[in-house]
Amino acid sequence: MPEPGSVGAVAAQTLQFTTPLKFRSGAILDAYQLVYETYGELNAARSNAVLICHALSGNHHVAGNYEDNPRNLGWWDNIVGPGKPIDTRKFHVIGVNNLGGCHGSTGPSSIDPATGKPYGPRFPVVTVDDWVEAQARLADHLGIEQFAAVLGGSLGGMQALQWSLTHPERVRHVLSIAAAPKLTAQNIAFNDVARQAILTDPDFHGGDFYEHGTSPRRGLRLARMLGHITYLSDDSMAEKFGRELRSGALSFGFDVEFEIESYLRYQGDKFADRFDANTYLLMTKALDYFDPALDHGGDLSAAFRGARANFLVVAFSSDWRFSPGRSQEIVKALLDNELDVSYAQIQSAHGHDSFLMVDPHYHEVMRAYMANITV
Amino acid sequence: MVYQGMHHDAPTIVSRGDFAAIAEWVRPRAKILDLGCGDGTLLRYLAETREARGYGVEITDDAVLACVKNGVNIIQSDLESGLSAFESGSFDYVILSQTLQAMRHTEELVREMLRVGREGIVSFPNFGYWRNRLQVALGNMPVSDALPYQWFDTPNVHLCTVADFESFCSQHGVRILERRVLHQGAEVTTLPNLLGSIAVFRIEAMK
Repeated sequence: MPEPGSVGAVAAQTLQFTTPLKFRSGAILDAYQLVYETYGELNAARSNAVLICHALSGNHHVAGNYEDNPRNLGWWDNIVGPGKPIDTRKFHVIGVNNLGGCHGSTGPSSIDPATGKPYGPRFPVVTVDDWVEAQARLADHLGIEQFAAVLGGSLGGMQALQWSLTHPERVRHVLSIAAAPKLTAQNIAFNDVARQAILTDPDFHGGDFYEHGTSPRRGLRLARMLGHITYLSDDSMAEKFGRELRSGALSFGFDVEFEIESYLRYQGDKFADRFDANTYLLMTKALDYFDPALDHGGDLSAAFRGARANFLVVAFSSDWRFSPGRSQEIVKALLDNELDVSYAQIQSAHGHDSFLMVDPHYHEVMRAYMANITV
Repeated sequence: MVYQGMHHDAPTIVSRGDFAAIAEWVRPRAKILDLGCGDGTLLRYLAETREARGYGVEITDDAVLACVKNGVNIIQSDLESGLSAFESGSFDYVILSQTLQAMRHTEELVREMLRVGREGIVSFPNFGYWRNRLQVALGNMPVSDALPYQWFDTPNVHLCTVADFESFCSQHGVRILERRVLHQGAEVTTLPNLLGSIAVFRIEAMK
């Protein structure tokens, strides 16, 4: 049952788009659909809309649960709801599954009307810019000219930042949480190992595994296990698992021995059951390609010259995937443009995943910032 | 104005008479950086009275949260590690209100503030105030409104007198543009190093 402060049972909605979307790569999608959820009422002035962008493995189900599946809580239910930091009594909150996803919006597992088969590897490589364009079209359909705020964590934070660059007049506040202005070589390296795990799985079939009635589960599982390691911190892993053995004694074999192995394999299996391998490839590419400074000779401050929004930038001390230093680069670019910005560096042991966790100070900062937004 | 005391390690003064003196100096619509800004009261005050805009810098979580609540731009950062996020000459004023005496790297911080700001405004409790001298003469470390801490729990590591600060400036290439020595909000012109409890200086780097 939803706890007090939950938005309760929600239902996803689907919108069909028939205006072709041109991707940054040049590819064109003639028609597509986006699946989304909303929480809280849109006010008469249409000035209280908040867009929440999801990260690599997220989707449109941000808060609440489903009548027929009450245990399926939204991925950010702890921060979105009536009386929560992102208060649905004040804001009309929108979560949308990004293009290329595998939870209802058009993606590689959707049927390509031109062939009658799933797009598979023929789905365009999608970038953060493309997502923002699709999200803007969704906003158009919903009659939302300007968002009170656009926010997200990790890859979601990158989309929020991109909003302030692509549509400066359409967003008043941007909250960038555990994000980065671009990936480091090390980050791209992690992503490529994940991709290689999928691409080299014999069940991948060049991305057309659907018609073989299979999926590259082993590759996807490995990709998730690797990713998961980078979302945690050394300390949190040590604290949670240490060197605990499942059976209490060494078995001198290669089955699951240490608790951390058991945990990672479980996480990998769970993920491989519910996620599409082609979507995973696309999401990691979107991460790799995000680099708003690229068109400005690498000058991030120049990239933000046109931004008009007010910003809250949040980073977590133990996040080594997108470390506080990366968020400080964003802050520096905003300062250079004399934009309104606050930066909070949260002491947290949970690594990159901290942005999804309940931390009283983190949530109080978010609550205070959102409370001051005029609607 | 009433200063809302913060529960953090930064020095807090019950009566912030220095705020009015600082506001008098700040030109309308100036761009300001407030180092050790506490809960952002001064920035908010300057925004309301001078249409000033800018940012505060604080290290503690409580102060950052208070600033966000106050609607003030706040950058969470350790002043002791410099001001590398800020470009040279990018602010009209860099303010150190009741913060200098709690900093470990005094010389570096003053140098940094005058790099980033065209002018600096520094306020601090005057250790030369007669009651402080008297308490020391009687054998105890001073405790007062301006110095509300016991010797063992004070964040203040570099206390100084008006005269000390003036000689610091002359030794470090710092030009004093203006000085106000205050007691209970009123300016002290007679024997300021003896009769004033708070000093406020407007300074710039000698070219």
